[in-house]
Amino acid sequence: MISFDFEYYRPKSIKEATDLYQNLASRGGKPIYYSGGTEIITLGRLNRVYTDAVIDIKSIPETQTWGFHNNELITGSALPLSIFNEKNYFPLLAETAREIADYTSRIKITIGGNICGQIFYREGILPFLLTDSDVLIAGSKGVKRKPLKEVFDQKLMLEREEFLVQLATKKIYMEMPFLSVKKRQQWKTGYPLLTVASLKKDGFLRFAFSGVCPFPFRSEQMETVLNSRTQPYEERALASFDYLPQPILNDIEGSNEYRLFVLKNTIVDFLKKFEGDENK
Amino acid sequence: MVMIGKSVARKDAWEKVTGQAKYTGDSQEGDMLYVEKVISPYGHALIKKIDLSRARQLAGVKAVITGGNLPLTGEEIRDRYPIAYKRVRYHGEVVALVVADTPKRARQAADTIHITYAPLPVINTPRQALDPKAPLIHEDLGQYKKISKVYPEQGTNIANRTKIRKGNMLKGWSESDVVVEESYSLRPSDHAAMETRCALASIRADGKVFITSSSQAPFMIKRLISEYFGIDIGDVIVTTPLVGGGYGGKASVQLELLAYIASRASGGRLVKVQNTREEDMLTSPCHIGLDATIKLGCSQKGKLKAVKILYLWDGGAYSDKAVSLSRAGAVDCTGPYQIENVSCDSLCMYTNHPYASPYRGYSHSEVLFAFERTMDSLANKLGMDPLELRRMNAILPGHTTPTQVLLNSSSVGNLPACIHRLKKLMEWEKGQRIDLGNFKVKAKGISCVWKTSTIDTNASSGVILIFNPDGSVNLVSGVIEIGTGSKTILAQIVSERLKINLEKVKVQMKVNTQSTPEHWKTVASRGTFMAGRAALQAADDAISQLKHLASCVLRAPVEDFEIGGERVFLRDDPSKGLSYKELAYGYTYPNGNAIGGQIIGRGHYVLRHLTPLNPETGAGKPGPEWTVGAQGVEVELDTREYTYRITKSISVIDAGKVMNPKMAEGQITGAMSMGLAFGGRETFYFDDLGRVMNPQLRTYRPLRYGENPEYVCEFIETPQKDSPYGLRGLGEHGLLGMPAALGNSLSLAAGVHLNELPLLPELIWRKRKGADEGDLL
Amino acid sequence: MKISKDTYQKITIKLKINGEIVETDIHVSDLLLNVLRDKLGLTGAKPGCLNGDCGACTVIMNQKPMKSCLLLAIEAIREEITTIEGLLNSTIQKEFVNHFAFQCGYCTPGFVMVSHALLMNDPNPDKKTVIEWLSSNICRCTGYQEIEKALYSVIKGGNACGLKPKNTVKSNGAKKTDETGRLN
Repeated sequence: MISFDFEYYRPKSIKEATDLYQNLASRGGKPIYYSGGTEIITLGRLNRVYTDAVIDIKSIPETQTWGFHNNELITGSALPLSIFNEKNYFPLLAETAREIADYTSRIKITIGGNICGQIFYREGILPFLLTDSDVLIAGSKGVKRKPLKEVFDQKLMLEREEFLVQLATKKIYMEMPFLSVKKRQQWKTGYPLLTVASLKKDGFLRFAFSGVCPFPFRSEQMETVLNSRTQPYEERALASFDYLPQPILNDIEGSNEYRLFVLKNTIVDFLKKFEGDENK
Repeated sequence: MVMIGKSVARKDAWEKVTGQAKYTGDSQEGDMLYVEKVISPYGHALIKKIDLSRARQLAGVKAVITGGNLPLTGEEIRDRYPIAYKRVRYHGEVVALVVADTPKRARQAADTIHITYAPLPVINTPRQALDPKAPLIHEDLGQYKKISKVYPEQGTNIANRTKIRKGNMLKGWSESDVVVEESYSLRPSDHAAMETRCALASIRADGKVFITSSSQAPFMIKRLISEYFGIDIGDVIVTTPLVGGGYGGKASVQLELLAYIASRASGGRLVKVQNTREEDMLTSPCHIGLDATIKLGCSQKGKLKAVKILYLWDGGAYSDKAVSLSRAGAVDCTGPYQIENVSCDSLCMYTNHPYASPYRGYSHSEVLFAFERTMDSLANKLGMDPLELRRMNAILPGHTTPTQVLLNSSSVGNLPACIHRLKKLMEWEKGQRIDLGNFKVKAKGISCVWKTSTIDTNASSGVILIFNPDGSVNLVSGVIEIGTGSKTILAQIVSERLKINLEKVKVQMKVNTQSTPEHWKTVASRGTFMAGRAALQAADDAISQLKHLASCVLRAPVEDFEIGGERVFLRDDPSKGLSYKELAYGYTYPNGNAIGGQIIGRGHYVLRHLTPLNPETGAGKPGPEWTVGAQGVEVELDTREYTYRITKSISVIDAGKVMNPKMAEGQITGAMSMGLAFGGRETFYFDDLGRVMNPQLRTYRPLRYGENPEYVCEFIETPQKDSPYGLRGLGEHGLLGMPAALGNSLSLAAGVHLNELPLLPELIWRKRKGADEGDLL
Repeated sequence: MKISKDTYQKITIKLKINGEIVETDIHVSDLLLNVLRDKLGLTGAKPGCLNGDCGACTVIMNQKPMKSCLLLAIEAIREEITTIEGLLNSTIQKEFVNHFAFQCGYCTPGFVMVSHALLMNDPNPDKKTVIEWLSSNICRCTGYQEIEKALYSVIKGGNACGLKPKNTVKSNGAKKTDETGRLN
């Protein structure tokens, strides 16, 4: 039960949505964009999210796009997570997404909601961080296209009146070797101890992480260390920790020490899988 | 026997698979009011100020209620206000209620209530609570009203102390060649029944109080509301429909009091109080925690000689059922073994945690975790097979329990037979720890279990059988259908005794304390025994009435009649007889004259020869019999990251008599599942302010499908001679040894002593790391 | 589309549930679960967590399982919704009875619905898929083996939805399971 009430709008175009937002905000309202709405519903129930108007963007055709256009994969922000496995155009995304929440919930949770939500794991962003994707963001001045890395720092840096419409990823990335692993202490559903996704491009390994810090990130400094081929895997993993952002999560899912222990193992496993056994 | 031992379908099957089954929260009435709670955000604090001004002004708000002017409550010690007054002692404690015409309005109003708190120091463990310098959680402990068999210690945080003094400890230690001593700890956790607790109340102008509640103890609600609020007991009418899982958590009386108070403040109107999941975990009573120290000695050959035990129960902020739980932990303070010299102190400690209610197994799984881990340590030190150590010390008829009850072959099941069977099922001979290579180790751990009930010495159960005109019969019993299928078992018993088709036994699932005979509480795996006895008596009563009527109609002595095929007939000439249908509503002669009347069989049963425990020695008879069993768990541990897979979980339980095999298996496997989750992953995490950090099913994680092991469940049948068809209680027993067996298997696999719950990979990693670093020194 | 202006004013919506169009007054922030239970008397879907964690409130929307606590009722306008009440005599329900795949019964409607949806979408799902779908729900009473057996007995029996034409109509206006169950 959500105790407060709000207005509900379901615009059919991007412009309608952003106009609505401006109108509502200019009247002193607190509108919020809504796609899957799972976070707004569950946190709203606990008064951790408040809004007086939701603008449901899932009837905007662009947010439902899922397919290739001009050698790019376009991922609409209101696509439910479940679709990435049903139509698996982007295996890394499919694999990462299928570990979020549970199956039934993934039919409702959207990729945009996962990326832009408050719950800080936001694992849905990892595949896009690794693939030099662009984001299409709608705002009062229309839709702008930006490289993800320019507008992502711990979270997607959106102005209040903006919303994520699509992500665009070059098709060539779909073919690249990748790994994505979500580690939890002793269960198979739900929040991670940590998630590591990795992609090999031109012989260079890229890494992105969730659950290590209270935000997802990709670190080029860590990647440099992790790709220093002369060093043993474990040494590389430990050396890369010098560049870990802070703080390391220390919560009920696991202590910071244990997380680093598991992270080290996970990275070593990834290196083994990508580069082969060290003893050989 | 026709019906006994058959896997007949459950009587509640179709309503449950169609969604037609009604639970308390499903009732919805037009004029209903809704209650929302304001709960404490702190583990321990003074309430400095409550600002209700905004809440009272909101439209639709009927009442806003805070503490004060309410009686102290508690089943054994009255130490708890239903709504906190001046001080909160746990995170989630109710501080105010709002009653309004819709749930939304009630919530909105509740959210406007501003409360100023002054935090107090928090006691987060029972060992901390025992420290003489610890702050007192109940300064007035000595002044509280209480029953006579509970022993709170004024000026301390000890709500109750149970002492077990059996044999001669000096002698015991002098005969002990090998001694181990270890400490254990587990924090409180939760029942997590899928149905959150819910209660409805209304008060009629004539003073009658109507409560509907998702409860395992409607008759206790009736009694306590009567006592606390001074209402004639017959004017309190409690209804309980189907209950969506209890596991002990719904045996405490809490929301019903709030519902009554809310209705009283709203002119007696019908009100509904339903817990959110968060409230169900925080506010309502939880699963008790335990800190334990056990010193156990045996002879060179492995004969147990002496044990000294300290149990410090984390009873939480209020004593309610926790004092009784601490007593039950003392009653069966050892595993199911013959030990001549036992000294145990079982203390119920106050802490700033949610308070405890019963949890499936009633302290036994917690005690057994500590004790059975100690058994493995002892076996290890002796260099002896842990299964063999258990076999040679197994409790047998002729032995005495810690409370000095002399056992016979009826009052205790056959533990050696269970152990023998377990050994086969686990392929024990193939080894206990097997290195599978590639960082994988397979290991097997075991635990023996036993349990008696520790319910009131005069607890009773009644059954009424009301005949229908077609000769079918309505079965009315106060047992709650909480999921265990007890009422189907009762129907089987009645069907068997009356020699009537099972379809003709119509079971009333709902319980109403005005029209249903009392069954004390649906707890302690005693439903089928006590209500079963009452059902047999009721059936015999009905049979006697049928025979008397037939004797009159057919002009033959009563003794000449037998029953069968839903008829009463003459033994020597079965063709002469009358069908149940012809007798059910009395007999009507062809000329229209009639005699007799509706057949109504009645039966009751009260547990016999039970006595309270002696306060100095613990001697006394707490329950009628001890169900025993042997359980095992197989795990595959990843020795690099310490995650593990539970591959198999096995129970061999002496069920006395298996009444309905599929249902019995369901009880055992379901309990194993719950026990593995409790042992492996479920716990409350507390911060320094005593706040529970994970009151949601997203962060508090019961087992899901695919995480379950393969379950193997077998039964031994050693009849309990005074129970229906020899059955023994088994609703809890599948759970009892699971945490211990899991702990034993993982300790063996990882090569470290894992003496804490839950057994999470991080715990194993930490212990392993400690051991490895220790090795370097 | 724009709905509702004044806070706490109710609005009237139409929903298609179990093949019937129903009209009901709601608040915009009402969850589908609450509307089903409180307004329409369809109490088969149960609240267990209101957080999308337990699955006791699962219904089928457009052939897919959906947690009705994660849906605003308003989002369900124009969608095809099936609740447990719309399922009659499905094979999965029979097998739940035969295999004792429930105890307290509270999670059962959710498990029946997620199982039924699975069978509608894939009459012969592999093990991984079964785990993926069924792990969306929590049962606290059973050890899941009984539910597993019930589901696999339908899979093996090859009559996934139990919706042969002969099973169609039942009394009391409850609607045609074949409509809700049949897959395109």
